[in-house]
Amino acid sequence: MQRLRSRRYWLGAGVAAVAVLAFACSRTSATPGDLVGADAASKVYVAPGSKDELYAFMSGGFSGQVSVYGLPSGRLLKVIPVFSQNPENGWGYTEESKPMLQTTFGFIPWDDTHHTELSQTDGVPDGKWLFINGNNTPRIARIDLTRFETEEIIQIPNAAGGHAAPFTTPDGRYVVSATRFSVPVPNTDVPIADYKAKYRGTLSFITADKPGKMDIAFQILMPGYNYDLGHAGKGPSDGWFFFTSYNSEQATTKLETNASQNDKDFIAAVDYRRAEACVVEGKFKTAPAEYMHNYMDDRSHAATSETKRSVKMLDPRDCAGVVYFLPTPKSPHGVDVDPSGEYIVAGGKLATVIPVHSFTKLKQAIADKAFEKDIDGIPVLKYGSVMVGEVQKPGLGPLHTEFDGKGYAYTSMFISSEVVKWKLGTWEVVDRVPTYYSIGHLMIPGGDSKKPYGKYLVAMNKITKDRYLPTGPELFQSAQLYDISGDKMKLLLDFPTIGEPHYAQAIPAELIKEKQVKYYKLSEGTHPDMIKSESEGSIVRKGKRVDVKMVAIRSHFAPDNIEGITMGDTVYFHITNIEQDWDILHGFAVMGATNSELILSPGETKTMKWVPTRVGVYPFYCTDFCSALHQEMSGYLRVSAPGSNVALTANVSPKAKAQLSAVKSGGGGTR
Amino acid sequence: MTHLSVRSRVLVAISALLLLALFVVPLWRIQLHAPQYPEGLGMLIRVNTITGIKPPDLNNINGLNHYIGMKAIEPEAIPVLDIMPWVVGGLVLAALLVAASGLRVLLTGWLASFAVVGAAGLVEFYLWSYDYGHNLAADAIIKVPGMSYQPPLIGSKQLLNFTAESWPATGSWLALAAFLLGVVALLPAARRSRVIATETVAHVGTDHHLDPIARLTTHVARTPLDGRPDALGSARGA
Repeated sequence: MQRLRSRRYWLGAGVAAVAVLAFACSRTSATPGDLVGADAASKVYVAPGSKDELYAFMSGGFSGQVSVYGLPSGRLLKVIPVFSQNPENGWGYTEESKPMLQTTFGFIPWDDTHHTELSQTDGVPDGKWLFINGNNTPRIARIDLTRFETEEIIQIPNAAGGHAAPFTTPDGRYVVSATRFSVPVPNTDVPIADYKAKYRGTLSFITADKPGKMDIAFQILMPGYNYDLGHAGKGPSDGWFFFTSYNSEQATTKLETNASQNDKDFIAAVDYRRAEACVVEGKFKTAPAEYMHNYMDDRSHAATSETKRSVKMLDPRDCAGVVYFLPTPKSPHGVDVDPSGEYIVAGGKLATVIPVHSFTKLKQAIADKAFEKDIDGIPVLKYGSVMVGEVQKPGLGPLHTEFDGKGYAYTSMFISSEVVKWKLGTWEVVDRVPTYYSIGHLMIPGGDSKKPYGKYLVAMNKITKDRYLPTGPELFQSAQLYDISGDKMKLLLDFPTIGEPHYAQAIPAELIKEKQVKYYKLSEGTHPDMIKSESEGSIVRKGKRVDVKMVAIRSHFAPDNIEGITMGDTVYFHITNIEQDWDILHGFAVMGATNSELILSPGETKTMKWVPTRVGVYPFYCTDFCSALHQEMSGYLRVSAPGSNVALTANVSPKAKAQLSAVKSGGGGTR
Repeated sequence: MTHLSVRSRVLVAISALLLLALFVVPLWRIQLHAPQYPEGLGMLIRVNTITGIKPPDLNNINGLNHYIGMKAIEPEAIPVLDIMPWVVGGLVLAALLVAASGLRVLLTGWLASFAVVGAAGLVEFYLWSYDYGHNLAADAIIKVPGMSYQPPLIGSKQLLNFTAESWPATGSWLALAAFLLGVVALLPAARRSRVIATETVAHVGTDHHLDPIARLTTHVARTPLDGRPDALGSARGA
């Protein structure tokens, strides 16, 4: 039986390969313009001064950041620094933001971001926060969508390759992270040859509904496979989470071949309410695990790090019914749940069909105990008892599926480089469009939620080649926007994207734009080194440490002449932008600084650590063109030889003098 | 001594209440428009202070004004803003006194002082804005020969990249309403004395020259006497 089925796959693959050739031929005969409707331009044109319909949050891939695009225009609105240092504004260089990038491996200036996930309420994106995972050193970040700033980062212990993350539960209580690379748990010196016996996977459930309180609620110990992607159930399947896995062969070398031998790997179906119950009943082990939790306070704009030292580890052997395995062809990648919550669609990336499981059948199979076998306390259900349909001949390399809320599913086909539209229930393919080239994820706004917004589909591609003016060997990535409002998908737009935007999510602009912070109120600032007027400017020496408190306001720094610094000192510049005016930013750069500049939002304080490397005079200046007299916004810092008797001084501006005299005379201002 | 009618005294009391609102609502609004400020920028002149239309606006206006060498607008340093609350408070109390006493001569006095206060306020506002607009720092960053930056008393004016618009705000309209109520409170008394004089005329059937207010007053005055709703018509027909 096993052999027969395997032969059928090979047959299927052969047919698909021929089909790919056929597509390739038809594609070369078409000029690029042919595929675009005549009305495409009007559908993506957002007139000057007008706003886009949707925000699209795209993972920055190996840039480590998140990029924000407007749809349907494809205009880049912002790059939000998350896991990578960003000298452009000082993220990861300032004293305030350095703790955000701390891990138990030390300070890490980079990561590989994969999946953006909007927070949800009742299974629908609510526009509060955006989550993004770091794949390399497993972490999850939370970005506040009133400020578009990273506010919280939590490290995931007992894991390597935080790929199946940070997918949310419909109630927003948890985001999850599953390990892509199984490792010894705890991670110690274990021979690679002992992989099968001693390496484990973990599925982490992280509480995510309270700002500043992200924490690992529990981890589930799994067989040593590669856990790839996940999605929560909803509606009838609410309370369940589905994770794909590959490498059930448990290979450690040449995985491309050795992890591609089994006809089927598994989707792990996790009853996380059952897991919660087991935790309450004390059926977990407290496992040692060092991980960091970093949080940026929204009043001081300064981050703190805390190290946590244990997690609650659940072993399915001690908590029966917490996990079931659903056999799924073949090395499945994406696992996506349709808006009704009934269908669980797998992207078996080497499979020649798109298999769909039914939640109703899953429940029945569990009730009937239709088990094939048991792996480490996890019952394996029979494929036929859970599978409800297979989309035949969809193309090659199915990866990810999203939904339009009108009964159709759209699956990305990496190898045949296309999007395939098919009907839920009949499993018939109704349309297909090419992508340029080799699509990974696709995204429909709200397409993984209970209520897809529909209308558009964005293809995120791995290969760009000839789509834009060439820029040497290294190219931007490429995305395509399609109109999916009609029966047939229509290509509207190509637009380049930064890093490799594995996944993206989009949300109607109304849910976000009205609550944007325009500036930070000085009156609410709590940064310990913040000053709120020029008269508070100061310079203080404590041994070899010199702290300078300085304001930036159009068009000067105060103080702006500093003397008495000697070689061997470490200077901390605490700069506060005391503007309270929308979009009036100031920058701060010092010659010879070995870190980065600062960019300061109105009402924000940032600190630059600066160590002089030679005697001399160092100009500093504003780097963000703030006003007509921006070029004049500069100052001097004098560094003297060790032991010189230059007095430590910072000058007082006329305005500060006036303020000081007013304070002395007991008045509230200049009279 | 002539006394005011109950209606007039109520009107004066309402005037007092309207004036009381001046402690809450602004008197004058100066708005500044520039390409860089699509969201607008402006200040509100109140009886005792000056505030931004949006909380940080005043500071931002001062920040911008320092380029042209204008003094910072600091409400606590403007003496008239210390006096104005007392003056308005005085007008309120005086109005209440008028209402309580019902003395017509007091109402006349109150209206006269109100008119003087209003005129003086406008003059003071003009002089204040003249001083700020013309008395610029010698070391101003931006100096445009012949240019001064006094905002208009009422209306719109281009000041470099800003269009300044200056208009009375709710408080001024309420003050005007309070003043007019005072005038109305004075009027019926005046008319009534005329009506008494003209009633004899009416009796001889020659009331055609009466102006509409007088006719109406006649109507009101006579209705209780003959109990006929069309008293005016019958008077005309008499």
